[in-house]
Amino acid sequence: MIEEQFSTGNSIIHGLDPRVKLIIVAFFSVIVAISSRFLALLPALAISLFLVAMAKLSIKKVFHRLLLVNGFILFLWLVLPFTYNGEEWFAIGPFVATKEGILLASQITVKSNSILLSMIALLSTTPIFSLGHAMGQLHFPNKITHLFLFTFRYIHVIYKEYRRLTNAMRVRGFVPRSNMHTYKSYAYLVGMLLVRSYDRAERIHKAMRCRGFNKKYHSLTQFSLKMEDIFCLSLMLAVISGLAVLQWVVTT
Amino acid sequence: MHISEGVLSAPVLVTGAALAVTGISVGLKKMDYDKIPEAAVLSATFFVASLIHVPMGPSSVHLVLNGINGLLLGWLCFPSILVALALQAILFQFGGITVLGVNTVIMALPGLMGYYVFGNLIKGKNRLLSLAAAFACGFFSVLLSGIFVAGALLFTGKSFISAAKLILLAHLPVMIIEGIITLFCVAFLKKVKPEILGGVYEKGS
Repeated sequence: MIEEQFSTGNSIIHGLDPRVKLIIVAFFSVIVAISSRFLALLPALAISLFLVAMAKLSIKKVFHRLLLVNGFILFLWLVLPFTYNGEEWFAIGPFVATKEGILLASQITVKSNSILLSMIALLSTTPIFSLGHAMGQLHFPNKITHLFLFTFRYIHVIYKEYRRLTNAMRVRGFVPRSNMHTYKSYAYLVGMLLVRSYDRAERIHKAMRCRGFNKKYHSLTQFSLKMEDIFCLSLMLAVISGLAVLQWVVTT
Repeated sequence: MHISEGVLSAPVLVTGAALAVTGISVGLKKMDYDKIPEAAVLSATFFVASLIHVPMGPSSVHLVLNGINGLLLGWLCFPSILVALALQAILFQFGGITVLGVNTVIMALPGLMGYYVFGNLIKGKNRLLSLAAAFACGFFSVLLSGIFVAGALLFTGKSFISAAKLILLAHLPVMIIEGIITLFCVAFLKKVKPEILGGVYEKGS
């Protein structure tokens, strides 16, 4: 369940320096998130599709992922066209869809999916540990980087614990239903997870002190900026600035 | 409880990010390096707990648990929730970079408020009062989150008003479930490990 589905591969994108990827995805997300014209948004979508293609990811998996995370967008499609005031376009029974509403919903859909695709192409293709170290080298607050790395490390441990507890419940014939017994059992499950993790945290803390933890999380991989990293970074920054020009400078 | 990328307007995103940075910096100040593994284990626990789907009528809801998170972590719930949300964005693409601030505030601020309003009552000796406060803590944390989501949409544009109302409505059943889960969870913790409710994760306590 908690696996880094796209993190392995041997495309150009997988080989890029994680710091470069972080900078590109942050810049791209911000520009796209505050853009509103289709003139800028459609090229943005094209760029993110291009990035996904460059990363050579399984199209089926990417599409599946997009479907999963578009729930909120789908909800907006069901609501916005019918509640936005404007020119009537078509009607389904008593519900009247307006042109403006549909335009707004499409705008949000393009924006959201461009950013999602760029995140899949750039962030999901990087192992979390590399991302954490890249964050450290980009001078994110040290404590945040540590918390990020440790949390990821322990998600797997706690998830195992969770599976053990739910298996034990199932063995005892527990079937989740909409009743008080179910809610109580789940609450105790969460409580037990918290108690176990509390004890575990104490052991980890002691173990780390014994090993002389000195506020540094060492990485075995060394990052070095290669020629293609610098090339990709400057190319992408230029392209994204182009999007900003399309959004704010070009007059139509 | 996530707002997707590309929905909110720039002023809302910036306000959310500014509030989140404030909360996170206070949280980080209160978090010693020594406490990082412990805060991380707890962040991880909440990440995993949010994967639990609880049946409710014909469908199911996933647990939010920001009430308990705030209760156990105090100000540390800001960095903890930030990290959990960042990991969800990277691993599952739920949420994203530009909405990270807004989403952090939506989840963490109600937790923090629950900590201040209900914390002492929950830790108190009176069992009935403490359980009632636990229910209220879980209930109001989700209610407030829902209000913040609706507010973020409304400040983005008036056209979102129906969407905002519907979202708030959808939070109602989740509030009740969260209240019940928080109640039983607190009852369990008070019996099994009362010291965990004492704000042990905060510096100097």
